[in-house]
Amino acid sequence: MNSLFTPLSWSDSGLILTGVWNTVIISVVAIVVGTLLGLIVGFLRAESNKAVNVLFGSVLDVLRSVPLIIQLILFSTFVGAMGNPLAPFVAGSIVLSLYTMAFMSEVFRSGFESVSPSMQTAARSLGMTKWQTIYHIRLPIGLRAVFPSWLGVALSVIKDSALVSVIGYMELLRTSEQLISRTQQPLEILIGVGIFYFIISYPLSHYGRYVERKMAI
Amino acid sequence: MDYEFHWNVVFQNMPQLLNGAFVTLHVSVLAMLLGVVIAILLAIAKMNNTKFFSQVATVWVEIARNTPALFQIYMAYFGLGAFGIHLSPYLAVLSALVFINAGYLTETFRGGFQSIPSTQYSASKSLGMTSIQSYRYIILPQMLRRIYHPMTNQFVWSILMSSLGILVGMSELSGTTQRLQSLSFRTLEFFIVAAVMYFIITKLVLFGSSLLARRLFKGEI
Repeated sequence: MNSLFTPLSWSDSGLILTGVWNTVIISVVAIVVGTLLGLIVGFLRAESNKAVNVLFGSVLDVLRSVPLIIQLILFSTFVGAMGNPLAPFVAGSIVLSLYTMAFMSEVFRSGFESVSPSMQTAARSLGMTKWQTIYHIRLPIGLRAVFPSWLGVALSVIKDSALVSVIGYMELLRTSEQLISRTQQPLEILIGVGIFYFIISYPLSHYGRYVERKMAI
Repeated sequence: MDYEFHWNVVFQNMPQLLNGAFVTLHVSVLAMLLGVVIAILLAIAKMNNTKFFSQVATVWVEIARNTPALFQIYMAYFGLGAFGIHLSPYLAVLSALVFINAGYLTETFRGGFQSIPSTQYSASKSLGMTSIQSYRYIILPQMLRRIYHPMTNQFVWSILMSSLGILVGMSELSGTTQRLQSLSFRTLEFFIVAAVMYFIITKLVLFGSSLLARRLFKGEI
């Protein structure tokens, strides 16, 4: 029987694996870059005075109050209109990293602010320099406190990475959508995709809640 | 910079964009209301001793929290087709948002309920209150205070996530923007205006929610 649609077969596994790999790689890039930038911005926000904070805060606020999908389309058409279009992976990584940074900076800021000033005074009175205080006291204590929140943001980035498909990046959901339109077997393919995300997200979110409980007591 | 902005076409189409914004608000409000109702039921089910009910609630919550919103929307739009259920883009986005909202809010409600010590209930009983009175005057007001901010965040999240309607051809704000820009090729202008409109909507919602909080809780939150 000749049909317009060809069913799912093992030869599609290459395409699916490419999608999986692309999802993983863009999530890792966004989490790593977003964490580093968020660490810097969060530290600056915890340190700086109110005026600087309001300025920083309003920029970050825009990143958090405009849907990611609109940011992606805007950025990629903007660089295109300026005459140097970027590859979907590059444009997607930039937008997703900045988006991650906006959330991470709040997480780290609250972490740094959770270290009490008297602890810093104590460190200084023991003869530590300013940088030693930051490196040995504020970073380890502040970062430990926010680990569960950090994990939560990282997991939401993995899920949000699906949206990069809108600018043509072949991540898992986009490959699956293409397979669906060819095979007309939406349920099988989508369940597989759902299981993939679930397997990554479920254990980590439980681990985060476990750490949170352990630290609370 | 050799790009020329043409804003005229955007202003001509403003009524359509505003209409899209209205659909965005509409779908998120509905998704929130239905989500809250289901979440209350799921939270009760999760704290229930009957294993079946609590397991159903757990499965719902875990799937909603651990898979992407776009996956849920595809599932509602393409996946349900395998069962012969063909949802319109609006219904697909709405049902996905309700599913996710319910999943997240269940945990919020359960956490809020469990954060009220049971001694409060015993104390109000010993003051001669009936069960209903102690819930109405003691337990629920305190609980509402604790879940108010997470609920506001969830609502803002639904507004932002309803923008995924663009991918299934729904005519909310971003879907309308997409359709209009494809007619006029003023992609940048249209999406800038859409971004501004989303920003204004979320700010208005947050402002309204803080006004309401001030009235409800009289400053003590």
